[in-house]
Amino acid sequence: MDISRLKQIEDYCYTLPSDGKRALVKLYGSQVLLETMDDKVLEQISNVARLPGLVGAAMTMPDAHWGYGFPIGGVAAFDPELGGIISAGGVGFDISCGIRCLRSNLDLADIVPVLPRLADELFRHIPAGVGEEGSLKLAPRELDEVMLGGAHWAVEQGYGEADDLPCIEEHGTMAGAVPGNVSQLAKQRQRGEMGTLGSGNHYLEVQVVEKIYDAEAARAFGLHQGQVLVSIHCGSRGLGHQIGTDYLVSLAKAAQRLGIALPDRELACAPINSPEGREYIGAMNAAVNVALANRQILAHLTRQVFAHVLPASRLDTLYDVSHNTCKAEKHQVEGRERLLYVHRKGATRAFGPGHPAIPEAYRAVGQPVIIGGSMGTGSYVLAGIKESETKAWSSASHGAGRAMSRNAALKKWHGRELIDELAGRGILIRTRSMRGAAEEAPGAYKDVDSVAEVTEKAGLARRVAFLRPKACVKG
Amino acid sequence: MEGVDYFEHDADIGVIGCGASVGQAFERAAAAMFAVMTDLAAVQRNVQVAFDFEEADLELALVIWLNRLLAEARARGLIFGHFQLRRDGDNWHGTAWGEPWRSDLERGVEVKGATLTMLSVREREGQWEARCIVDV
Repeated sequence: MDISRLKQIEDYCYTLPSDGKRALVKLYGSQVLLETMDDKVLEQISNVARLPGLVGAAMTMPDAHWGYGFPIGGVAAFDPELGGIISAGGVGFDISCGIRCLRSNLDLADIVPVLPRLADELFRHIPAGVGEEGSLKLAPRELDEVMLGGAHWAVEQGYGEADDLPCIEEHGTMAGAVPGNVSQLAKQRQRGEMGTLGSGNHYLEVQVVEKIYDAEAARAFGLHQGQVLVSIHCGSRGLGHQIGTDYLVSLAKAAQRLGIALPDRELACAPINSPEGREYIGAMNAAVNVALANRQILAHLTRQVFAHVLPASRLDTLYDVSHNTCKAEKHQVEGRERLLYVHRKGATRAFGPGHPAIPEAYRAVGQPVIIGGSMGTGSYVLAGIKESETKAWSSASHGAGRAMSRNAALKKWHGRELIDELAGRGILIRTRSMRGAAEEAPGAYKDVDSVAEVTEKAGLARRVAFLRPKACVKG
Repeated sequence: MEGVDYFEHDADIGVIGCGASVGQAFERAAAAMFAVMTDLAAVQRNVQVAFDFEEADLELALVIWLNRLLAEARARGLIFGHFQLRRDGDNWHGTAWGEPWRSDLERGVEVKGATLTMLSVREREGQWEARCIVDV
């Protein structure tokens, strides 16, 4: 990105001043991270800043990259009382894609002797990749119950434990879901997809805590050096994809009818307080619940595999956080509390200490934030901080962020060679897709260490622990 | 594959279909998209799925066509490898052929949906080109 048009206002924050046609744009990042971003990131977030009812700035996180409509790593809040909009393109196709992080009672030494078997068993039992279906087939009425109940529904069916629920965003159930707003085709697409990981950048990873940055927060999160964790990255599967598809076209037509000028059709949107806007919100919330239930089922399958390979193991939910959402939240704006609809597309909510939405055990140190890295580098657990509320509506980075296109990665790496190279470094990859492995090569991503460090230095969240991958099931 | 190409996008994949008619360009864009998921040459024509839709806007018609194919394939547990699209004014009649996923079919990456970003359908000197970014 050419940053010469930007004005640096803090060490790790740059702005594109308002030109009268659009609101302020803020980009969080270091000079190096911003310079390596595509110019399209600035173009896309500038387009977001033209949408009606935006409050404050349209923002990007340090891991931002070129997306569709909104950039990935985009954050924007809209006020319904000011004609604010809801945008399907601001949420994405994979509604409520996120990460479930499980902490174990195991240390690295416990898994080293069985790691190949553990990786094989996880790969055998976790449906992953294009064309793979889960064993759970739901009738339409049952799927309606999933859309209303989320992870609660899954626990009631015997998937996982009630103790998981307090450590899931929204305590496992997103309010405001309207299954009637979800098309039959979306429901049909989900029929074989409950309890599946998906493809692309989705993964299930066995990790070890390699470094602790913040001892107090690590203690509150139940983390210690050498401890084994499991992270599951996936979303609302076919149902969410179809809701995104259905509403992208219908909201594009609604925007045209309502006279909302869209600089990019992908920003398809409607006023929050309109029939079209409300309809999408009801469907989106249904997809959030499907994502929460899906990760709950996958956590259950993971526990079954661990119990089989390592009978004394126990896996507790550290946290489950989504990073493709739009949520109604109360925020302070110029000294007044206002209800805003905060779009986070490839961005993680990061509430600071004391926020009532944080599980009681973590409330004193802040909400757990998970930055998922590539399969060869590592991931971070962070904690939300108060400062982020005023900076970015309590938002932070969600991943390493791509630095190279999939086509370019495919030309540069070969899947089999990459898997062998990672095995040589002690990281076991299990996948059916050599193409997928090449596209997800660690070198195709930004430096996750830099993203996490800059996220902290920008005042968005603080680092708690670094996690090194040991085995990864890729879709 | 004839008339099939790709263009660069940071996170996702740009697909291009070219042909002598808008229908043929759309068919080849569909082939480009499904080739991200598997080797189309290996997909057999065991199952036929037909559907119609109505759309006056050519660009939206491309997105609707691609997304409907994805949805029909996923809802039925199929992979498509062969496509036909006939245009009759604003009415479009699509047919796809494929088969249920087999364990020996090559696995690429799943396409979640066709987006409206960098979407274009244009005709130049009798050749149609249809472009779209698909989310993977």
